[in-house]
Amino acid sequence: MIDIVAFIPRAIGQSVPLLLGCSGEILTEKSGNLNLGIPGVMYVGGISGVIGSFFYEQACVNKEMNPLLAILIPLLCSLVGSFIMGMIYCILTVSLRANQNVTGLAMTTFGVGIGNFFGGSLIKLSGADVPSIALSRTSGYFSKALPFAANLGWFGKIFLSYGFLCYLSFIIAIIAALVLYKTRAGLHLRAVGESPSTADAAGINVSKYKYVATCVGCMIAGLGGLYYVMDYASGVWSNDAFGDRGWLAIALVIFSIWNPLIGIFAAILFGGLYIVYLYIPTGMDYMEFKELYKMIPYVVTLFVLVLTSMRNKRENQPPASLGLSYFREER
Amino acid sequence: MKKSKSEPLFHIVKRDTLVWYKAWGIRAAAIIAALIVCGIVTTVTTGLNPISVYGAFIQGAFGSGRKVWITLQNMSILLIISLALTPAFKMRFWNIGGEGQVLVGALATAACMILLGDKIPNPLLILIMTVSALAAGAVWGLIPAVFKAKWNTNETLSTLMMNYIATQLVAFFTVVWEVPKGSFTVGIINQSTNAGWLPQLFGSKYLLPIVVALVTTASMFVYLRYSKHGYEIAVVGESEKTAKYVGMKTEKIIIRTMLLSGALCGLAGLLLVGGINHTITTTINSGQGFTAVMVSWLAKFNPITMIFTSFLIIFLERGAGEVSTNFGLNQSFADILTGIILFFIIGCEFFITYKIVGKAKKAEPAGASKSIEETKTEKAEAEEKAEETAEESKAEETEEKTETAEKTE
Repeated sequence: MIDIVAFIPRAIGQSVPLLLGCSGEILTEKSGNLNLGIPGVMYVGGISGVIGSFFYEQACVNKEMNPLLAILIPLLCSLVGSFIMGMIYCILTVSLRANQNVTGLAMTTFGVGIGNFFGGSLIKLSGADVPSIALSRTSGYFSKALPFAANLGWFGKIFLSYGFLCYLSFIIAIIAALVLYKTRAGLHLRAVGESPSTADAAGINVSKYKYVATCVGCMIAGLGGLYYVMDYASGVWSNDAFGDRGWLAIALVIFSIWNPLIGIFAAILFGGLYIVYLYIPTGMDYMEFKELYKMIPYVVTLFVLVLTSMRNKRENQPPASLGLSYFREER
Repeated sequence: MKKSKSEPLFHIVKRDTLVWYKAWGIRAAAIIAALIVCGIVTTVTTGLNPISVYGAFIQGAFGSGRKVWITLQNMSILLIISLALTPAFKMRFWNIGGEGQVLVGALATAACMILLGDKIPNPLLILIMTVSALAAGAVWGLIPAVFKAKWNTNETLSTLMMNYIATQLVAFFTVVWEVPKGSFTVGIINQSTNAGWLPQLFGSKYLLPIVVALVTTASMFVYLRYSKHGYEIAVVGESEKTAKYVGMKTEKIIIRTMLLSGALCGLAGLLLVGGINHTITTTINSGQGFTAVMVSWLAKFNPITMIFTSFLIIFLERGAGEVSTNFGLNQSFADILTGIILFFIIGCEFFITYKIVGKAKKAEPAGASKSIEETKTEKAEAEEKAEETAEESKAEETEEKTETAEKTE
């Protein structure tokens, strides 16, 4: 039988990068930008953090690391890296009105390339025999659980045993939902995503909203990459390890019908689905079925996508102008 | 972004149509600018002389007879996939599921080779392989098309999901067929008997995909430009409402086009497994389904132009691969360079479609008299703007790498 107390923390650990990517992409998509570059952005977010902390760890090989700096340096590097990716996307799609799908795919190529290239260079620099970099000291700060988690048995394990980025991801999702649905800026943002020309006529600066939403979205998504390396993978960067989580985060956006609050639960569910194949007993003779179980999250997403479009409820639809560039002169 | 709309210093006007040589001039300028930036990035991040790096680029793509053939072969596969996606794109159906459609085509081919190999005569086997690969690809294209036609499901996202379902399906069968057990690879299929291996044309193993690609290009060009189907696709792409109004059955057109699109992807899968690799892995297509989106879009969905754009991408890939091995860099360096060049090309399209009119020139009627001077400044702007774009990415890398360099010393 599945050991629930061991399973849930792992599922939640898996869900954090997905949730961060999903919250970021929801903000982006609400502005009408379909950013298929999220997988690349998450790689860049991860590697920027790794680079930052790598040099900080190198700088204090023989002395104590300052916990605050150990966390702030990778965090800032990651945010800057993913912000730059967001800016590239915005300049191309918003200012230069390029096709969003093409730009997004190019960004994914670019971002994954950056991640693996600099990852590879750092591995070479560190002179390790294994094809990975271990930043265990920094990771120690990132994955520090709440102090009293160990004393509270299963409750502590399920609710309190995570690093700060995990809690931050939930807080970000909640804030994103509040901003989207309870503030004037959120209302404007949704208006931009639904009908940019109407928003423009109402005096909303469409470009500004698209820029801000996309860049903030990318920064949030980049944190997902950072969390994966620093916390989930215990500070070990190995090339391509992040895998297809970026695409799964985009799938999650659909699954959560563009609502970050649903995104929280959907992310945990997906996190569980992502690793459930490890827990389904298959026996040694039927290893192949594990591969089929890995298909579950995608099939479920496709199903939800079709279902929401079948039911055709207005509030569950993608933003109306999703994927389209806005040309003011072409109204 | 420096040119936000709130500043009244200039405004943006759509061009009528730019003369073709000017349009290509802008593109060429963008590519040159991109190459310069790539050179700078290469030097800064790796400390290599950019000239020798570019030399290695050409060496990688054309260095020897064999390299030229491989370049052409890779180009053909990418070209076929791009051509496959094109009718869908023309219809504004964003099929980014090329990856999955190629994979299931490859899977069907491999299945036939493994299950039927040596049991039936080879010509019959190859026929069955071809039919099943085309059918598998078509089915994979059909599923999102039906969803789109019936319920207007977002096709970008549904085709994306189909990719991963296909990948896992291939992974599943890889384990089922793995040789030896536990290796997670299928190995070369029918190595001793060569059953189901596609025939070599004129004694060259590289020629078959190239010929198929050329035939496909020509047929796709004719199909899109001169056939009734092609016309219908164009109308649906321009305006679905118009299509409906004139009595076209848009649902039927969407489904039919996606069947074609998927089947052609399946064909690429057939060539990959039956003709080139003789094995199947989840990464057999190495992301070309996504690259093809860019190839098709860069060529403005014109099959003939696609020959050049697919060449460009494959040239970069092969060249960067050579650079990586020659200079001991990691393979991903190719992705970075491809990314930078793509950003430039994507960005420069803006300057072909639009022009920026400064405040002083506002008095002139827009588009009426376009002096040579003006076009020149626009071109300069194009470069400048494109540079801006890449500079940011560059700045980041520069920073990081100088640090790296310092460390090594």
